[in-house]
Amino acid sequence: MSEPCQEHLAVTLKDVWVTYKLPTEQLRSIKEFAIKRVLNKVTFHDFSALKGISLDIPRGSVFGIVGRNGAGKSTLLKVISRVIYPTSGDVIVRGRVSPLLELGAGFHPDLTGVENIFLNGALLGYTRAEIEEKMEGIIRFSEIGEYIYAPIRTYSSGMIARLGFSIAVAKDPEILILDEILSVGDAGFQEKSMARISEIMANPNTTILLVTHSPGLVADLCDRAVILESGNLIASGSGLEISDRYHQMLGGNA
Amino acid sequence: MSELYDSRTTPPAPIEEIISIFRYPDLIRQLIYRDLVARYKRSFLGVLWTMLNPLASMIILTIVFSRVFEMRGVYPAYILTNLLGWNFFAQTTQFSLNTILYGNELSKKIYMPRTAMILATAITGMINMLFALVPLVIIYLATGTPFAPSALLLPFSLFFLAAFSLGVSLLVSTAAVLFPDIGEFFPVLLMGYMYLTPVIYPASLITEVAGGWLLWLNPMYYLLNFLQMILFEGVFPGGGDWLSAAGVSLVFLLMGWIVFTNASRRFSYYV
Repeated sequence: MSEPCQEHLAVTLKDVWVTYKLPTEQLRSIKEFAIKRVLNKVTFHDFSALKGISLDIPRGSVFGIVGRNGAGKSTLLKVISRVIYPTSGDVIVRGRVSPLLELGAGFHPDLTGVENIFLNGALLGYTRAEIEEKMEGIIRFSEIGEYIYAPIRTYSSGMIARLGFSIAVAKDPEILILDEILSVGDAGFQEKSMARISEIMANPNTTILLVTHSPGLVADLCDRAVILESGNLIASGSGLEISDRYHQMLGGNA
Repeated sequence: MSELYDSRTTPPAPIEEIISIFRYPDLIRQLIYRDLVARYKRSFLGVLWTMLNPLASMIILTIVFSRVFEMRGVYPAYILTNLLGWNFFAQTTQFSLNTILYGNELSKKIYMPRTAMILATAITGMINMLFALVPLVIIYLATGTPFAPSALLLPFSLFFLAAFSLGVSLLVSTAAVLFPDIGEFFPVLLMGYMYLTPVIYPASLITEVAGGWLLWLNPMYYLLNFLQMILFEGVFPGGGDWLSAAGVSLVFLLMGWIVFTNASRRFSYYV
Protein backbone atom coordinates (compact mmCIF):
# COMPACT_ATOMS: atom_id res chain seq x y z
CA MET A 1 0.00 0.00 0.00
CA SER A 2 2.96 2.33 0.35
CA GLU A 3 3.22 4.87 -2.44
CA PRO A 4 6.70 5.95 -3.47
CA CYS A 5 8.06 9.44 -2.88
CA GLN A 6 5.81 10.51 -0.04
CA GLU A 7 8.67 11.70 2.12
CA HIS A 8 8.34 15.25 0.84
CA LEU A 9 4.88 15.42 2.41
CA ALA A 10 4.54 16.25 6.09
CA VAL A 11 0.84 15.43 6.27
CA THR A 12 -1.41 13.34 4.07
CA LEU A 13 -5.13 13.03 4.64
CA LYS A 14 -7.24 10.66 2.58
CA ASP A 15 -11.01 10.87 2.69
CA VAL A 16 -11.06 11.76 6.37
CA TRP A 17 -14.41 11.81 8.10
CA VAL A 18 -15.13 12.86 11.64
CA THR A 19 -18.68 12.03 12.49
CA TYR A 20 -20.25 12.54 15.87
CA LYS A 21 -23.25 10.47 16.81
CA LEU A 22 -25.46 12.83 18.68
CA PRO A 23 -28.46 11.51 20.54
CA THR A 24 -31.50 13.37 19.32
CA GLU A 25 -32.29 14.00 22.95
CA GLN A 26 -29.65 14.68 25.54
CA LEU A 27 -29.10 11.32 27.22
CA ARG A 28 -26.09 11.39 29.44
CA SER A 29 -27.30 9.42 32.42
CA ILE A 30 -27.32 5.67 32.66
CA LYS A 31 -30.86 5.52 33.93
CA GLU A 32 -32.26 7.46 31.03
CA PHE A 33 -30.14 5.57 28.57
CA ALA A 34 -31.04 2.17 29.95
CA ILE A 35 -34.74 2.90 30.01
CA LYS A 36 -34.84 4.33 26.52
CA ARG A 37 -32.54 1.65 25.20
CA VAL A 38 -34.80 -1.07 26.49
CA LEU A 39 -37.76 0.69 24.94
CA ASN A 40 -35.65 1.07 21.81
CA LYS A 41 -36.21 4.78 21.84
CA VAL A 42 -32.65 6.00 21.61
CA THR A 43 -32.30 7.74 18.30
CA PHE A 44 -29.11 9.27 17.01
CA HIS A 45 -28.41 11.66 14.25
CA ASP A 46 -25.02 11.99 12.65
CA PHE A 47 -23.12 15.22 12.62
CA SER A 48 -20.04 15.30 10.44
CA ALA A 49 -17.48 17.92 11.29
CA LEU A 50 -15.26 16.73 8.43
CA LYS A 51 -16.76 15.20 5.30
CA GLY A 52 -14.15 13.28 3.37
CA ILE A 53 -11.20 15.65 3.48
CA SER A 54 -8.19 14.75 1.35
CA LEU A 55 -5.12 16.91 1.28
CA ASP A 56 -1.34 16.84 1.05
CA ILE A 57 0.82 19.25 2.98
CA PRO A 58 4.38 19.53 1.63
CA ARG A 59 7.23 19.46 4.12
CA GLY A 60 8.69 22.84 4.89
CA SER A 61 5.70 24.77 3.59
CA VAL A 62 3.49 27.27 5.33
CA PHE A 63 0.03 25.88 4.80
CA GLY A 64 -3.04 28.01 5.39
CA ILE A 65 -6.43 26.74 6.50
CA VAL A 66 -9.21 29.27 6.26
CA GLY A 67 -12.93 29.11 6.69
CA ARG A 68 -15.78 30.54 8.71
CA ASN A 69 -16.52 29.55 12.28
CA GLY A 70 -17.76 25.98 12.42
CA ALA A 71 -16.26 25.09 9.05
CA GLY A 72 -14.20 22.31 10.63
CA LYS A 73 -10.81 24.03 10.97
CA SER A 74 -10.28 23.08 14.61
CA THR A 75 -11.43 19.52 14.00
CA LEU A 76 -8.97 19.25 11.13
CA LEU A 77 -6.14 20.43 13.38
CA LYS A 78 -7.19 17.96 16.06
CA VAL A 79 -7.11 15.09 13.58
CA ILE A 80 -3.62 16.07 12.45
CA SER A 81 -2.40 16.47 16.03
CA ARG A 82 -3.95 13.09 16.98
CA VAL A 83 -6.34 14.51 19.55
CA ILE A 84 -9.21 13.09 17.51
CA TYR A 85 -9.00 9.70 15.84
CA PRO A 86 -10.85 9.89 12.50
CA THR A 87 -14.15 8.06 12.17
CA SER A 88 -12.92 6.85 8.80
CA GLY A 89 -10.18 7.69 6.36
CA ASP A 90 -6.40 7.72 6.60
CA VAL A 91 -4.15 10.15 8.40
CA ILE A 92 -0.42 10.10 7.84
CA VAL A 93 1.72 12.55 9.76
CA ARG A 94 5.49 12.51 9.28
CA GLY A 95 7.02 14.28 12.23
CA ARG A 96 6.04 15.44 15.68
CA VAL A 97 3.25 17.99 15.89
CA SER A 98 3.67 20.95 18.25
CA PRO A 99 0.52 22.93 18.79
CA LEU A 100 0.99 26.61 19.49
CA LEU A 101 -2.48 27.09 20.80
CA GLU A 102 -3.90 27.31 24.27
CA LEU A 103 -0.68 28.75 25.60
CA GLY A 104 -0.08 27.58 29.12
CA ALA A 105 -2.54 24.70 28.88
CA GLY A 106 -1.16 22.12 31.27
CA PHE A 107 0.49 24.58 33.63
CA HIS A 108 -0.10 23.84 37.28
CA PRO A 109 -0.63 26.91 39.49
CA ASP A 110 1.25 25.53 42.50
CA LEU A 111 4.40 24.72 40.55
CA THR A 112 7.08 27.32 39.98
CA GLY A 113 7.93 28.64 36.54
CA VAL A 114 10.91 26.30 36.28
CA GLU A 115 8.87 23.28 37.38
CA ASN A 116 6.19 24.17 34.85
CA ILE A 117 8.79 24.37 32.11
CA PHE A 118 9.73 20.76 32.87
CA LEU A 119 6.08 19.69 33.01
CA ASN A 120 5.11 21.49 29.82
CA GLY A 121 8.18 20.26 28.01
CA ALA A 122 7.33 16.68 29.01
CA LEU A 123 3.80 17.20 27.67
CA LEU A 124 5.32 18.25 24.36
CA GLY A 125 7.37 15.06 24.34
CA TYR A 126 10.79 16.56 25.12
CA THR A 127 13.29 14.55 27.12
CA ARG A 128 14.58 15.96 30.38
CA ALA A 129 17.98 16.58 28.84
CA GLU A 130 16.42 18.58 26.00
CA ILE A 131 14.48 20.73 28.44
CA GLU A 132 17.52 21.33 30.64
CA GLU A 133 19.46 22.39 27.58
CA LYS A 134 16.77 24.87 26.56
CA MET A 135 15.96 26.09 30.08
CA GLU A 136 18.11 29.19 30.08
CA GLY A 137 16.90 30.28 26.66
CA ILE A 138 13.26 29.79 27.64
CA ILE A 139 13.64 31.87 30.80
CA ARG A 140 15.45 34.62 28.94
CA PHE A 141 12.94 34.69 26.07
CA SER A 142 9.94 34.78 28.40
CA GLU A 143 11.29 37.82 30.29
CA ILE A 144 9.91 36.39 33.53
CA GLY A 145 13.14 37.15 35.37
CA GLU A 146 13.45 36.25 39.02
CA TYR A 147 9.75 35.30 39.24
CA ILE A 148 10.65 32.08 37.44
CA TYR A 149 11.13 30.55 40.92
CA ALA A 150 7.71 31.66 42.16
CA PRO A 151 4.55 29.55 41.80
CA ILE A 152 2.79 30.61 38.63
CA ARG A 153 -0.46 31.29 40.44
CA THR A 154 1.27 34.58 41.26
CA TYR A 155 1.82 35.35 37.55
CA SER A 156 -0.23 37.72 35.44
CA SER A 157 -2.00 36.22 32.45
CA GLY A 158 0.49 37.97 30.20
CA MET A 159 3.41 36.32 31.99
CA ILE A 160 1.75 32.90 31.66
CA ALA A 161 1.18 33.38 27.92
CA ARG A 162 4.78 34.54 27.47
CA LEU A 163 6.12 31.52 29.30
CA GLY A 164 3.85 29.15 27.32
CA PHE A 165 4.99 30.69 24.05
CA SER A 166 8.66 30.53 25.02
CA ILE A 167 8.45 26.81 25.79
CA ALA A 168 6.52 26.02 22.62
CA VAL A 169 9.05 27.69 20.34
CA ALA A 170 12.18 26.71 22.26
CA LYS A 171 12.91 24.03 19.70
CA ASP A 172 12.21 24.31 16.00
CA PRO A 173 9.22 21.97 15.73
CA GLU A 174 8.76 19.51 12.90
CA ILE A 175 5.13 20.47 12.38
CA LEU A 176 3.89 23.64 14.05
CA ILE A 177 0.21 24.44 14.40
CA LEU A 178 -0.62 28.13 14.66
CA ASP A 179 -4.24 28.79 15.53
CA GLU A 180 -4.67 32.42 14.51
CA ILE A 181 -1.59 34.56 14.57
CA LEU A 182 -0.63 35.11 18.13
CA SER A 183 -0.73 38.30 20.01
CA VAL A 184 1.18 37.56 23.17
CA GLY A 185 2.24 40.15 25.67
CA ASP A 186 3.01 43.79 25.01
CA ALA A 187 4.14 45.36 21.73
CA GLY A 188 7.78 44.55 22.40
CA PHE A 189 7.12 40.89 23.08
CA GLN A 190 4.79 40.62 20.08
CA GLU A 191 7.55 41.85 17.82
CA LYS A 192 9.96 39.37 19.33
CA SER A 193 7.53 36.47 19.01
CA MET A 194 6.75 37.33 15.39
CA ALA A 195 10.48 37.42 14.69
CA ARG A 196 10.83 33.97 16.25
CA ILE A 197 7.94 32.61 14.17
CA SER A 198 9.47 34.03 10.98
CA GLU A 199 12.67 32.26 11.93
CA ILE A 200 10.78 28.97 12.31
CA MET A 201 9.00 29.58 8.98
CA ALA A 202 12.37 29.94 7.30
CA ASN A 203 13.50 26.51 8.52
CA PRO A 204 13.10 24.19 5.51
CA ASN A 205 12.35 21.21 7.77
CA THR A 206 9.53 22.83 9.65
CA THR A 207 6.02 22.66 8.29
CA ILE A 208 3.56 25.24 9.56
CA LEU A 209 -0.20 24.94 9.59
CA LEU A 210 -1.72 28.36 9.94
CA VAL A 211 -5.39 28.68 10.77
CA THR A 212 -6.72 32.14 10.25
CA HIS A 213 -9.68 34.31 9.33
CA SER A 214 -7.56 36.88 7.63
CA PRO A 215 -7.18 36.73 3.80
CA GLY A 216 -4.26 39.15 4.12
CA LEU A 217 -2.19 36.77 6.25
CA VAL A 218 -2.81 33.90 3.84
CA ALA A 219 -1.57 36.00 0.93
CA ASP A 220 1.48 37.21 2.85
CA LEU A 221 2.62 34.04 4.57
CA CYS A 222 1.22 30.88 2.98
CA ASP A 223 2.72 28.83 0.17
CA ARG A 224 -0.43 26.77 -0.15
CA ALA A 225 -3.87 27.06 1.41
CA VAL A 226 -7.31 25.51 1.51
CA ILE A 227 -10.81 26.76 2.29
CA LEU A 228 -13.11 24.71 4.46
CA GLU A 229 -16.85 25.17 4.42
CA SER A 230 -19.16 23.10 6.63
CA GLY A 231 -16.78 20.16 6.73
CA ASN A 232 -15.93 20.17 3.02
CA LEU A 233 -12.75 21.26 1.35
CA ILE A 234 -14.10 23.65 -1.27
CA ALA A 235 -10.91 25.19 -2.63
CA SER A 236 -7.21 24.58 -2.67
CA GLY A 237 -4.44 26.56 -4.26
CA SER A 238 -1.57 28.95 -3.70
CA GLY A 239 -1.76 31.40 -0.82
CA LEU A 240 -2.56 34.23 -3.19
CA GLU A 241 -5.33 32.37 -5.04
CA ILE A 242 -6.98 31.23 -1.83
CA SER A 243 -6.69 34.67 -0.31
CA ASP A 244 -8.61 36.15 -3.27
CA ARG A 245 -11.15 33.37 -3.28
CA TYR A 246 -11.79 33.65 0.44
CA HIS A 247 -12.01 37.40 0.20
CA GLN A 248 -14.75 37.06 -2.44
CA MET A 249 -16.51 34.46 -0.33
CA LEU A 250 -16.61 36.73 2.68
CA GLY A 251 -17.63 39.71 0.53
CA GLY A 252 -20.41 37.78 -1.13
CA ASN A 253 -21.94 36.93 2.19
CA ALA A 254 -21.40 40.14 4.00
CA MET B 1 14.60 10.40 12.52
CA SER B 2 11.22 12.01 12.78
CA GLU B 3 8.34 9.97 14.03
CA LEU B 4 5.68 8.66 11.71
CA TYR B 5 2.00 8.40 12.48
CA ASP B 6 0.03 6.46 9.93
CA SER B 7 -3.53 5.58 10.82
CA ARG B 8 -3.52 2.81 8.19
CA THR B 9 -0.74 0.84 9.79
CA THR B 10 -1.10 1.61 13.49
CA PRO B 11 -0.55 -1.47 15.65
CA PRO B 12 -3.45 -2.66 17.83
CA ALA B 13 -4.41 0.02 20.36
CA PRO B 14 -3.00 -1.75 23.46
CA ILE B 15 0.43 -2.00 21.81
CA GLU B 16 0.32 1.43 20.20
CA GLU B 17 -0.25 2.92 23.64
CA ILE B 18 2.87 1.29 25.05
CA ILE B 19 4.98 2.65 22.17
CA SER B 20 3.37 6.02 22.68
CA ILE B 21 4.37 6.15 26.34
CA PHE B 22 8.00 5.58 25.44
CA ARG B 23 7.82 8.53 23.07
CA TYR B 24 7.08 10.79 26.04
CA PRO B 25 10.03 9.81 28.20
CA ASP B 26 9.70 12.43 30.92
CA LEU B 27 5.91 12.76 30.99
CA ILE B 28 4.88 10.30 33.67
CA ARG B 29 7.63 11.42 36.02
CA GLN B 30 6.59 15.05 35.64
CA LEU B 31 2.92 14.20 36.21
CA ILE B 32 3.82 12.32 39.40
CA TYR B 33 5.89 15.26 40.59
CA ARG B 34 2.97 17.59 39.83
CA ASP B 35 0.51 15.42 41.75
CA LEU B 36 2.78 15.13 44.76
CA VAL B 37 3.54 18.86 44.88
CA ALA B 38 -0.11 19.76 44.35
CA ARG B 39 -0.99 17.57 47.26
CA TYR B 40 1.69 18.53 49.73
CA LYS B 41 3.06 21.93 48.89
CA ARG B 42 0.23 24.08 50.14
CA SER B 43 -0.62 22.01 53.15
CA PHE B 44 0.99 22.87 56.48
CA LEU B 45 1.37 19.31 57.69
CA GLY B 46 2.12 18.10 54.17
CA VAL B 47 3.24 14.52 53.99
CA LEU B 48 2.18 13.94 57.59
CA TRP B 49 -1.46 13.80 56.45
CA THR B 50 -0.76 10.67 54.47
CA MET B 51 0.39 9.04 57.69
CA LEU B 52 -2.20 10.55 60.02
CA ASN B 53 -5.26 9.68 57.93
CA PRO B 54 -5.02 5.87 58.08
CA LEU B 55 -3.98 6.13 61.72
CA ALA B 56 -7.06 8.15 62.58
CA SER B 57 -9.36 5.79 60.64
CA MET B 58 -7.80 2.86 62.42
CA ILE B 59 -8.35 4.41 65.85
CA ILE B 60 -12.01 5.15 65.09
CA LEU B 61 -12.63 1.69 63.65
CA THR B 62 -10.87 -0.04 66.53
CA ILE B 63 -12.97 1.84 69.08
CA VAL B 64 -16.18 1.20 67.16
CA PHE B 65 -15.53 -2.49 66.68
CA SER B 66 -13.99 -3.38 70.02
CA ARG B 67 -16.18 -1.20 72.26
CA VAL B 68 -19.46 -0.79 70.43
CA PHE B 69 -19.74 -4.21 68.82
CA GLU B 70 -17.60 -5.90 71.46
CA MET B 71 -15.90 -7.80 68.70
CA ARG B 72 -13.02 -9.94 69.85
CA GLY B 73 -9.95 -10.61 67.84
CA VAL B 74 -9.96 -7.48 65.74
CA TYR B 75 -6.71 -5.76 66.37
CA PRO B 76 -5.49 -2.31 65.43
CA ALA B 77 -2.61 -3.84 63.50
CA TYR B 78 -5.01 -6.05 61.54
CA ILE B 79 -7.22 -3.13 60.55
CA LEU B 80 -4.33 -0.85 59.69
CA THR B 81 -2.78 -3.52 57.45
CA ASN B 82 -6.04 -3.88 55.55
CA LEU B 83 -6.52 -0.13 55.35
CA LEU B 84 -3.08 0.20 53.80
CA GLY B 85 -4.16 -1.98 50.88
CA TRP B 86 -7.74 -0.79 50.69
CA ASN B 87 -6.96 2.93 50.81
CA PHE B 88 -4.48 2.55 47.99
CA PHE B 89 -7.07 0.76 45.87
CA ALA B 90 -9.87 3.19 46.71
CA GLN B 91 -7.79 6.33 46.18
CA THR B 92 -6.21 5.16 42.95
CA THR B 93 -9.53 4.26 41.36
CA GLN B 94 -11.28 7.39 42.64
CA PHE B 95 -8.47 9.75 41.60
CA SER B 96 -8.20 8.12 38.17
CA LEU B 97 -11.90 8.62 37.67
CA ASN B 98 -11.65 12.28 38.69
CA THR B 99 -8.67 12.77 36.40
CA ILE B 100 -10.51 11.38 33.41
CA LEU B 101 -13.75 13.20 34.15
CA TYR B 102 -12.59 16.58 35.42
CA GLY B 103 -8.86 16.89 34.82
CA ASN B 104 -8.87 16.00 31.21
CA GLU B 105 -9.27 19.37 29.50
CA LEU B 106 -5.68 19.12 28.38
CA SER B 107 -6.09 15.95 26.34
CA LYS B 108 -8.82 17.65 24.33
CA LYS B 109 -6.28 20.21 23.25
CA ILE B 110 -3.02 18.37 22.77
CA TYR B 111 -2.15 14.77 22.17
CA MET B 112 -0.53 12.73 24.89
CA PRO B 113 -0.56 9.03 25.68
CA ARG B 114 -4.01 8.61 27.14
CA THR B 115 -3.00 6.22 29.88
CA ALA B 116 -0.29 8.62 31.13
CA MET B 117 -2.51 10.43 33.64
CA ILE B 118 -3.87 7.19 35.11
CA LEU B 119 -0.43 5.57 35.28
CA ALA B 120 0.85 8.65 37.08
CA THR B 121 -2.09 8.52 39.49
CA ALA B 122 -1.39 4.88 40.34
CA ILE B 123 2.32 5.48 40.90
CA THR B 124 1.59 8.56 43.02
CA GLY B 125 -0.74 6.37 45.08
CA MET B 126 2.06 3.86 45.50
CA ILE B 127 4.38 6.57 46.82
CA ASN B 128 1.72 7.75 49.25
CA MET B 129 1.28 4.16 50.34
CA LEU B 130 4.98 3.92 51.17
CA PHE B 131 4.56 6.94 53.46
CA ALA B 132 1.60 5.19 55.08
CA LEU B 133 3.92 2.30 55.95
CA VAL B 134 5.48 4.50 58.65
CA PRO B 135 2.46 4.54 60.97
CA LEU B 136 1.98 0.84 60.24
CA VAL B 137 5.44 0.07 61.58
CA ILE B 138 4.78 2.25 64.62
CA ILE B 139 1.52 0.47 65.41
CA TYR B 140 3.09 -2.95 64.91
CA LEU B 141 5.82 -2.03 67.38
CA ALA B 142 3.38 -0.43 69.82
CA THR B 143 1.03 -3.43 69.84
CA GLY B 144 3.84 -5.96 69.97
CA THR B 145 2.95 -7.50 66.60
CA PRO B 146 6.16 -9.09 65.35
CA PHE B 147 7.48 -8.70 61.81
CA ALA B 148 8.21 -12.14 60.38
CA PRO B 149 10.65 -12.80 57.50
CA SER B 150 7.59 -13.12 55.27
CA ALA B 151 7.31 -9.31 55.45
CA LEU B 152 10.14 -9.21 52.92
CA LEU B 153 7.57 -10.31 50.32
CA LEU B 154 5.89 -6.89 50.64
CA PRO B 155 7.08 -5.67 47.21
CA PHE B 156 5.17 -8.54 45.59
CA SER B 157 2.06 -7.71 47.51
CA LEU B 158 2.34 -4.04 46.54
CA PHE B 159 2.89 -5.00 42.91
CA PHE B 160 -0.27 -7.14 42.88
CA LEU B 161 -2.28 -4.34 44.48
CA ALA B 162 -0.91 -1.80 42.03
CA ALA B 163 -1.63 -3.94 38.97
CA PHE B 164 -5.15 -4.69 40.15
CA SER B 165 -5.92 -1.08 41.07
CA LEU B 166 -4.55 0.15 37.76
CA GLY B 167 -6.69 -2.37 35.88
CA VAL B 168 -9.84 -1.42 37.75
CA SER B 169 -9.01 2.30 37.31
CA LEU B 170 -8.78 1.85 33.55
CA LEU B 171 -12.07 -0.05 33.42
CA VAL B 172 -13.92 2.44 35.60
CA SER B 173 -12.47 5.42 33.72
CA THR B 174 -13.61 3.99 30.41
CA ALA B 175 -17.11 3.49 31.80
CA ALA B 176 -17.10 7.02 33.21
CA VAL B 177 -16.30 8.62 29.87
CA LEU B 178 -19.26 6.85 28.31
CA PHE B 179 -21.51 7.56 31.31
CA PRO B 180 -20.38 10.52 33.42
CA ASP B 181 -23.00 9.53 36.02
CA ILE B 182 -20.56 6.92 37.24
CA GLY B 183 -18.57 9.78 38.72
CA GLU B 184 -21.49 10.50 41.02
CA PHE B 185 -22.15 7.06 42.37
CA PHE B 186 -18.67 5.59 42.34
CA PRO B 187 -17.90 6.67 45.95
CA VAL B 188 -20.99 4.80 47.11
CA LEU B 189 -20.02 1.80 45.04
CA LEU B 190 -16.59 1.85 46.67
CA MET B 191 -18.11 2.05 50.13
CA GLY B 192 -20.41 -0.86 49.40
CA TYR B 193 -17.49 -2.88 48.09
CA MET B 194 -15.49 -2.13 51.21
CA TYR B 195 -18.20 -3.56 53.44
CA LEU B 196 -18.40 -6.66 51.24
CA THR B 197 -14.66 -7.16 51.68
CA PRO B 198 -13.08 -8.16 54.98
CA VAL B 199 -11.25 -4.89 55.57
CA ILE B 200 -12.45 -3.76 58.97
CA TYR B 201 -13.71 -7.13 60.19
CA PRO B 202 -12.23 -10.61 59.98
CA ALA B 203 -12.85 -12.78 56.92
CA SER B 204 -14.45 -15.42 59.12
CA LEU B 205 -17.40 -13.08 59.67
CA ILE B 206 -18.35 -13.22 55.98
CA THR B 207 -18.02 -16.97 55.87
CA GLU B 208 -20.33 -17.28 58.87
CA VAL B 209 -22.92 -14.82 57.61
CA ALA B 210 -23.00 -15.38 53.87
CA GLY B 211 -20.87 -18.42 53.14
CA GLY B 212 -17.47 -18.74 51.51
CA TRP B 213 -18.62 -18.02 47.96
CA LEU B 214 -18.82 -14.29 48.65
CA LEU B 215 -15.12 -14.31 49.46
CA TRP B 216 -14.12 -16.51 46.54
CA LEU B 217 -15.81 -14.19 44.09
CA ASN B 218 -14.12 -11.11 45.51
CA PRO B 219 -10.83 -10.29 43.74
CA MET B 220 -9.79 -7.78 46.40
CA TYR B 221 -10.04 -10.49 49.06
CA TYR B 222 -7.14 -12.43 47.53
CA LEU B 223 -4.92 -9.34 47.49
CA LEU B 224 -5.70 -8.27 51.05
CA ASN B 225 -5.36 -11.84 52.22
CA PHE B 226 -1.90 -12.01 50.71
CA LEU B 227 -0.97 -8.77 52.48
CA GLN B 228 -2.36 -10.03 55.79
CA MET B 229 -0.44 -13.30 55.52
CA ILE B 230 2.97 -11.74 54.97
CA LEU B 231 2.59 -8.85 57.43
CA PHE B 232 0.07 -9.54 60.19
CA GLU B 233 0.10 -13.32 60.32
CA GLY B 234 3.75 -13.62 59.39
CA VAL B 235 3.39 -16.75 57.29
CA PHE B 236 4.64 -17.48 53.80
CA PRO B 237 1.79 -17.66 51.26
CA GLY B 238 1.24 -21.05 49.65
CA GLY B 239 1.12 -21.82 45.96
CA GLY B 240 -2.62 -21.22 45.78
CA ASP B 241 -2.29 -17.82 47.44
CA TRP B 242 0.40 -16.75 45.00
CA LEU B 243 -1.57 -18.00 42.04
CA SER B 244 -4.82 -16.31 43.03
CA ALA B 245 -3.22 -12.95 43.91
CA ALA B 246 -1.03 -12.84 40.80
CA GLY B 247 -3.80 -14.17 38.59
CA VAL B 248 -6.43 -11.71 39.76
CA SER B 249 -4.16 -8.68 39.46
CA LEU B 250 -2.72 -9.52 36.06
CA VAL B 251 -6.08 -10.46 34.56
CA PHE B 252 -7.59 -7.16 35.67
CA LEU B 253 -4.58 -5.17 34.46
CA LEU B 254 -4.71 -6.82 31.05
CA MET B 255 -8.46 -6.41 30.78
CA GLY B 256 -8.30 -2.75 31.81
CA TRP B 257 -5.44 -1.97 29.44
CA ILE B 258 -7.16 -3.58 26.44
CA VAL B 259 -10.57 -2.05 27.12
CA PHE B 260 -9.24 1.45 27.87
CA THR B 261 -6.80 1.74 24.97
CA ASN B 262 -9.36 0.52 22.47
CA ALA B 263 -12.07 2.80 23.79
CA SER B 264 -9.79 5.82 24.16
CA ARG B 265 -9.66 6.35 20.40
CA ARG B 266 -13.30 7.31 20.69
CA PHE B 267 -12.98 9.37 23.91
CA SER B 268 -12.79 12.67 22.08
CA TYR B 269 -16.19 11.94 20.55
CA TYR B 270 -17.78 12.23 23.98
CA VAL B 271 -17.68 15.90 24.73
